[in-house]
This record gives sequence, C-alpha cells and structure tokens, in this order.
Amino acid sequence: MNTFRQMLRPILRDPVATLGLLLVLLAVLVAVFAPWLAPYPEDAYESHLLQRLQPPSAAFPFGTDNLGRDILSRVILGTRSAITVAVSVVGISMLIGVPVGLWAGWRDGWLSETLMRVTDVFLAVPQLILALALGQLMAPGLTTAMVALSLTYWPFFARTVHAETRRLRTALFVDALAGLGAGTPRILLAHVLPNAAPAILVRATIGMGFTILTAALLGFLGVGAAPPSPDWGLAVAEARQHLPEAWWFPTFPGLAILLLVLGFNLLGDGLRDAADPRLRRSRH
Amino acid sequence: MARYILRRALLALPALLGLILLTFVLTRIIPGDPAAALAGDSATPAQIAEIRTRYGLDRPIWEQAVVHVRQVLTGDLGSSIFSGRPVMEEIIFRLPATLELTFAAMLLSIGIGIPLGLLAALNHNGPIDHVVRLLSVGGLAVASFWLAIMLQLLFAMEWDVLPLRGRSDLAYGAPPFHTGFYLIDSLWAGQWALFLDSLWHLVLPAVTLCLPGLASIARFTRSGVLEALQKDYVLYARAVGYGSFRLATIYVLRNAITVTVTQIGLLFGALISGAVAVEAIFDWPGLGTYAVQAILSADYKALLAVTLVVGVVYAAINVLVDVLQALIDPRVAEDIR
Repeated sequence: MNTFRQMLRPILRDPVATLGLLLVLLAVLVAVFAPWLAPYPEDAYESHLLQRLQPPSAAFPFGTDNLGRDILSRVILGTRSAITVAVSVVGISMLIGVPVGLWAGWRDGWLSETLMRVTDVFLAVPQLILALALGQLMAPGLTTAMVALSLTYWPFFARTVHAETRRLRTALFVDALAGLGAGTPRILLAHVLPNAAPAILVRATIGMGFTILTAALLGFLGVGAAPPSPDWGLAVAEARQHLPEAWWFPTFPGLAILLLVLGFNLLGDGLRDAADPRLRRSRH
Repeated sequence: MARYILRRALLALPALLGLILLTFVLTRIIPGDPAAALAGDSATPAQIAEIRTRYGLDRPIWEQAVVHVRQVLTGDLGSSIFSGRPVMEEIIFRLPATLELTFAAMLLSIGIGIPLGLLAALNHNGPIDHVVRLLSVGGLAVASFWLAIMLQLLFAMEWDVLPLRGRSDLAYGAPPFHTGFYLIDSLWAGQWALFLDSLWHLVLPAVTLCLPGLASIARFTRSGVLEALQKDYVLYARAVGYGSFRLATIYVLRNAITVTVTQIGLLFGALISGAVAVEAIFDWPGLGTYAVQAILSADYKALLAVTLVVGVVYAAINVLVDVLQALIDPRVAEDIR
C-alpha cells in the first residue's frame, strides 16, 4: 500500500529506526528457523542433570541452566514463543479495538458513549494489575495470560482509532464521499480506516514491545508460561535460586528481552516520526 | 481554578464506578462455583449452601452487583481467603511502603530525567543528545524484574556494597509508626542510624524502578524543549541578549514542562506495575509483594482489592497532575469542555 511505502522510506533514512527494523527482522528470522538454529533443539523439554549450571564455554556459549539445558538453545527457542504471544495479543486487541474505535468515533449516541466509557474503565488501572487479576482468576497458564493481555490492551487501540475517526469524520473528502452517495461501511472501511492505518501501525509496533515485556513479567510471576517452556521471563525466575553462582543463567534470557523490545520500540519511534510530518520537521 | 479542580475530580468518578463493577464481573468469571471455592475443598453440600446464603450468592445477579458496589464504597473489600483478615486493613498497612518506594523512584526520574532532556535538547544532534536518545528508548525496553536481579547480583551479592533485600536491617526493626514512611518516621523519632539504613535499603529498588520513568521524562522534556526553542519569543529573548542558560531555564523549560507533567501522571501506572516485580524481588513489604502473594495463594479477594486501591490512587494522581498542569499553564484549564 502506498501509505506503508511512504512510511518505510523515512525509516530507512533514520539509522536508529533502521537498527530497530533490523533487530525485529532478525528476531522474526530466529523465531521462524528456531528449531534449525538452536544447537540443541531437544533442550526445550529434555534435561541433562549431569551438566547442570555450567558456565559459558565453546559447547554452551551462554552456559547451561539448572537442569543442564543449553541456554543459547532455549533463548533461541524462546524467541518463537515471545513473538507468537506478542503477535496474538496485539492481533486480538486490534480485532476488538479497531471496530470499537471506528464505530464510537463515527456515530454519536448511547452505544458510542458506553463503549468509550468502558475503555476509560480499562485504562483506569495499570494494564499489568488488571492482567494479573484476570490471569489469576481464569486458571494461570500461557493461554490465559494471552487472553488477559488482549482483554486489557484493546482499549489502547479503541482510543487511537476513535481519535483518528473523530478527526476524519469532519474532513472535506468524507463529506464529499457522503455527498456522492457512498454508504457508511464503504466510507469507514475504504477511506477512514486506511487514513487511520499509520496511527494503528505505530500503536501496534509499540504494543508488540510492551506486550513482550508484560508477558515476560507474567511468566516471571508464575501467571504466564509454565515449565518446561523456554520462556524468557520464566528462565529469569528459575535462575533466582542459583545466584550469585550462575550469573549467566538470568543474564542471557534478560538480554534477549531487552534486544527484542528495544527493536520494536526503536521501530515504533521511527514509524511515529514518519507518520507525523510535523514531528519530523522539528527533529531535523 | 476551584471549579476546574472539582470538575476534573468529577470526571474521574464514572471510570471508578465502572472499575468497581468490573471487579464484580471478575469475581463471577472464576471457573466453578464461588460458594464452593469459598467453602474450601473438604466442605459438605450443606456447608456450601450455607455459605451461598450467607454471602448472598443465591440472590439475583444485579442485586449482588448493587451489594458489591455498596460494600466497596463503604470501604469493605471483604476478608482475605488466605489470612482471614480484612483486606482493606492489610492494604492500608502495606500502602506506605509502596508509596515510599514509588515516590523515591519518581523523584529520581524527575530529578535526573528533566536535566537530561534539557541537556540533550541544548546539544541537539550532539553526542550527549544521541546518548540520551538511546537511553530514553532503551530505558523503556528493560524488563524491571531482570534489572532488579542483575543489580542485586552485582551490588549486593558480588560487591556487597548495598543491602540485598528489605526496608531496613533486622537489627533496627521498624521506626515507631507515624506515617509509615521509614525515612520520615525514623527522623521523627530521631533515629539517625535507622534513617541512613532505610535510605541505604531504598537505593537499589528505587534505582530499578525509576528507569522507565526517567527514560520517558527525559524524552518528553527533550522534545518539549526542542519545540519551545523554535518559538518566536525565544528568538526575541536571544536577540535581546539573554544567555543560553537563563533562556533555557526561564523561558524554555517552563513552556516545555507541561508535556512532561502529563507524563508524570501516566508514569505512575508504570511505577505501580514495576513495583509488583521490584517489591517481590527485593522483599519490599508493600502492595506489590502483597499482590504476588495473593497470586501464589489464589487469594482473589486480596487481588481484586489491590486492583481497586491501585485504580483509586491512579485516578487521584492523574487528577492531581491535571491540576498541577493547569497551575503551570492556565490555558489548560480553559480547554476543558
């Protein structure tokens, strides 16, 4: 689509945003080819107690964990689950939030008003707290964590799309379209939505980073992924009992979180600048 | 101004009422029968029925909702399933610890973030600017629980220069209770050693917790200052001969800071979320630790109460921030519908 090509060009011109794009692309490649890239792919589930807690070496560049599993392999395998969780959560949130925002932004009336008040309620508590409560109440597990994160993230999309739709509703071209006899669904889907796409894309990119962080935290707190999953947050939690001896155990999974989230944040930042020409000018 | 404050406070009420209803809905999505869950594993059907009538679980759902709202409004959040004590009591007992930690983190975020942002903007596209930009994006990408553990590993375990956990050494115990803030209470009682010890214990958790806030404050200050620097009155002041330091602090910062102040309100949400992990790792006896214990013991009453209290504090902080913003920039108060 034209909008995306327009947004890609400034990204490639901005070295910091390009770094973000590269980090994200690298992580996606690692996630797709994880079973082939990991030196010991069977370490996702198998344990080797004889080689537990070994420091980094040529055989195990990131060392081994408390069950003798290769940490490098588990970091690589964990990329897949981190990205899957983030894509699912952001995807579900978009599926709920975008239609709600479109409708509430386009129409006036009690339904629109109610929808936006509901988003207020969800935004009245920090997302993590609500996700914790939801996750705990619906039997902890990875699926529950994903549902909880989606249920608490869609209001952000609803807000973004609502604001964009409100802005576009009074735009001249929308009036013209209505005058030419275009129906509401057509105006919303074929004209308003594409114009709101850059804002949605920025929100989604930043949401990916945010979701990876929160999901890792849920895993760390025991409300997300369960053993023996190679989840990064879970690995940091398991490492706590083996400190200070096994410094490598929490270090590498944590660095993986940092790099992936950094990638999404840098990319989101670049996209935001690209989507808002006013900001671009002020940044030179 | 008084009218503005009142109006802003009233605007927060519907969301809070909605939050109370949401917590009610949450208690009803628990898989299985809530009465059976309350009664425990070894309860007989008769006991479950007795609990059902006692807690009004046999009434129509809307009536239960009304009762729930009324109970919450009167400060009755029920009793912990785990300890049997009223959760409100437990929360009030733990709230000061969390507030002391979050305020300390917030002070660090503001105290370091604003000068960093200003410095970066004044050195636009210079080396300092690049470092601050990287820091402001990187700071938001660090998982707080991981940073907490890494700092613990380095400063408390390897080098042993800072305490590993807790609010004070066991040898000191707690100061006599006035505010619940150890730093204030120890001064109040004139216990200097305890004051220093509490301050020492506060360092690692507060540093961990301040990072995301520091990052976003530095970032918003930077862009606010950059924008303000392009205004005509700055050009004028410069032409008249103001030095750049005076210009930056008097003319630019005040106009740039309203954006930053909004961030501080949003920041509190991040601080509370971060506090859950940070408190659990540093054994800080606040709301975060309480929430984690509630998760581990499946104490849904406690967890919902934490959600509600956090919601109320969050709303209050955001009202406060809006008022503060209106005080700095009177145009804000006129903008409201």
